[in-house]
Amino acid sequence: MLSPSEIDARLERILLKVQKPGRYVGGEFNSVVKDWDSVKARVAFIFPDIYDIGVSNLGLQILYDLVNQRPDALAERAYSPWIDMEEQMRISGIPLYSLESKHALADFDVLGFSIPYETLYTNVLNALALAGIPLRSLDRSEIHPLVIAGGHACFNPEPMHAFMDAFVIGEGEEVIGEIIEAVKQEKRKSKNRGGLLRSLAEISGVYVPRFYDVTYLDDGTVEAITPNVSEAPQTILKRMLAQLPPPPTKFLVPNIDIVHNRVAVEVMRGCTRGCRFCQAGMITRPVRERGVDEVVAAAEAAIQSTGVEELALLSLSSSDYTPVLDLVTAIGEKFAGRHLTVSLPSLRIDTVSVALMEKLKERRSGGFTLAPEAASERMRRIINKYIPDEQILSTVREIYSRGWPTIKLYFMIGHPSETLEDVQAIVDLCKRVLAEGRRALGGRARVHAGVSTFIPKPHTPFQWVAVDTPQQIRLKQDLLKRELRDRNIKLSWTEPDDTLLEAWLSRGDRRLAEVLFTAWQKGAKFDAWGDQMRFGAWQEAFADRDLDPAFYTHRPRRPDEIFPWEHISDAVRKNYLFADYQKSLAGEIQQDCRQNCHACGILPAFATERREHPGLYWKCPEVKSPQRAKVHK
Amino acid sequence: MRVRITFAKDGALRYIGHLDLQHLWEWTLRRAGQALIYSQGFHPSPKIQIAAALPLGFSGQAEVVDVWLEADAAHLPSPDSLQSAAPPGLTVLAVEAVDERGPALQTRVEAAEYLVTLLEPVEASDLEERIAAVLAAESLPRERRGKPYDLRALIEMLETGTGTVPSAKHIRMRLAAREGATGRPEELLDVLGIPLEMVRVARTHLIFRKR
Repeated sequence: MLSPSEIDARLERILLKVQKPGRYVGGEFNSVVKDWDSVKARVAFIFPDIYDIGVSNLGLQILYDLVNQRPDALAERAYSPWIDMEEQMRISGIPLYSLESKHALADFDVLGFSIPYETLYTNVLNALALAGIPLRSLDRSEIHPLVIAGGHACFNPEPMHAFMDAFVIGEGEEVIGEIIEAVKQEKRKSKNRGGLLRSLAEISGVYVPRFYDVTYLDDGTVEAITPNVSEAPQTILKRMLAQLPPPPTKFLVPNIDIVHNRVAVEVMRGCTRGCRFCQAGMITRPVRERGVDEVVAAAEAAIQSTGVEELALLSLSSSDYTPVLDLVTAIGEKFAGRHLTVSLPSLRIDTVSVALMEKLKERRSGGFTLAPEAASERMRRIINKYIPDEQILSTVREIYSRGWPTIKLYFMIGHPSETLEDVQAIVDLCKRVLAEGRRALGGRARVHAGVSTFIPKPHTPFQWVAVDTPQQIRLKQDLLKRELRDRNIKLSWTEPDDTLLEAWLSRGDRRLAEVLFTAWQKGAKFDAWGDQMRFGAWQEAFADRDLDPAFYTHRPRRPDEIFPWEHISDAVRKNYLFADYQKSLAGEIQQDCRQNCHACGILPAFATERREHPGLYWKCPEVKSPQRAKVHK
Repeated sequence: MRVRITFAKDGALRYIGHLDLQHLWEWTLRRAGQALIYSQGFHPSPKIQIAAALPLGFSGQAEVVDVWLEADAAHLPSPDSLQSAAPPGLTVLAVEAVDERGPALQTRVEAAEYLVTLLEPVEASDLEERIAAVLAAESLPRERRGKPYDLRALIEMLETGTGTVPSAKHIRMRLAAREGATGRPEELLDVLGIPLEMVRVARTHLIFRKR
């Protein structure tokens, strides 16, 4: 492998030939460059998309910060080079390198990939190839870095099982330290990859795919998933932090213009709403909040340490953050007159949200975003995001009359049992919303309708249902395009091919690894970039591997089917999800679980953690033991 | 107060363009605890004027920027306070308060001096000959973005060496940098037959018109 100074010298010859060379040189304020030889463990974190998207990823910022706080370890970063840079790097023989010290990735002890969504998979393979590292775990030995991955997509790790030595399931803050300890141990003694993997398998929340055998039934579904070494548990329970650790404040400040140049403070993790389509809402349970003081102090420290004037207060559902009003008031007072832009995403559809936004925004430019997800009351019951029509209309009335000219409405098509009437309801609702806008603002009022296509994700109550076929999707999209022709309504949608690809990858089993590999060989990469996605390569890859893509997507799964992700547990029980799915079919709503526990499985799975942290910030309600409940009856 | 900062830009920052440099100053000043003065209007932006855009890939040894701060002249930020808030590659050389109503820096730049370092050696006599030919030419008609112009008229100085040490590995040049009449080092290097990826270019000085 080339040395850092050789890489630097070769880079100098090519950087002016590519767009935005600032992506490839590092040097951000708050980046950490440690002495390479002063530490025992070296970790490279890789976000497998371009710098512009990856650099602001909060998950990686958290881990980068945590590892660099350790005196015995260093963390550096790499991102996917864009097409033009990849070509130049190949011509000049430059391997994928870290931005901080310009070491080749092959020189690190650990490569940690962040995989928040499935359409990054081919970029992971491409990054390993550019790093000159064997793609398959079984082809790597102790001379190669340990290759691991984490992030939401890893809750179904099976399509990527062949390429990763290990996956982290769930929250990474604690487990990254345990992995570093195991790597240090290995370097000291055995120097044996098998030994390291066995000790990793013993760490709670770590999944080492080679230690599991999968057998299939004649119909192609999974028969059993069986551990083949004693260290590997039957079920890998996700990691979960009973109390959120102090948030990072030393954010990297990119030197070039990127998508989101902002500091972010996570105010809450998890969600109690129970929307049935939402994977994040299931896999990040339970809800844990940070206190207002902690959030405000972190925001101030982050703004001070970066100089950045945009603050995002992140959570899955801002309105559900218990002291949201106090937080907004405190932020407003603290930063008044400082040209700070604050964003508070995922607000509930009610007039309280409008008041909250009004406190945060001095100007009414830009849009106000609402996500009804479905346009008919019937469908909103099915997906468990029940809001009466009248509540939506009164909210938009309030938004327009307070001066926001544009309302963005997010919907999905393809929900279970959806008919064309439900799709027509999207049209009708958009028109009713615009009519409210016209009444308040006249011709200035706008509606942006973003209509994506539902993909039933693993670990949700809808994991049993089929994805719409491309024909069904096109029929529904054609209806929307035909009926929403209005110069004040802008419609955007997801291409059916993009939906199908994401659906295969998120619902797939181990056999998809070969499809992935073949598609990558045929040139698939940057699948999340509409114009780069090569659907043909994917179709050919399925054909080459003799697999029917429809098996993964257009087939309702049997109630007793063993899912490819059956051995990965987010602590929410499968029979709870199935019962919730049955309720959905009956049009029954499941209430928010902050008041009444619906026994999803979180509390028994994390009973110890709960006992140690009974405090204010973990939002599961107190549950009486069954025996005491009987006495009270 | 209007503050003039002289700074060097090198390392990773050579690959940061003009607009990004503007943002970079904004963040650096805020990290140093300075409140910025904003322009009026619907999209207020901080008042920051960079004297002259530096082409991507070039380093700058004495670049100049004017910034408008809320603080008064008695609270001029120290170079150290700005330096500790600056990203790697940005070196603060001097900070001074200047006349609020003085003309915009961009309108006062007359010329710029560059030092070109060749990454691979060339035949010294050959280089001297090519330079002599350029200097002897009556005119050097060229075209940039479809507009014809005479490069020769924009060359104020061209020689080998670093200015202090004779060297066949270095070329010094001073090119006009007036509005509508800006000489570009890469154009001159092209005339000399030296590809841009074979050199490293530093802008060593900006020459300003006396008011």
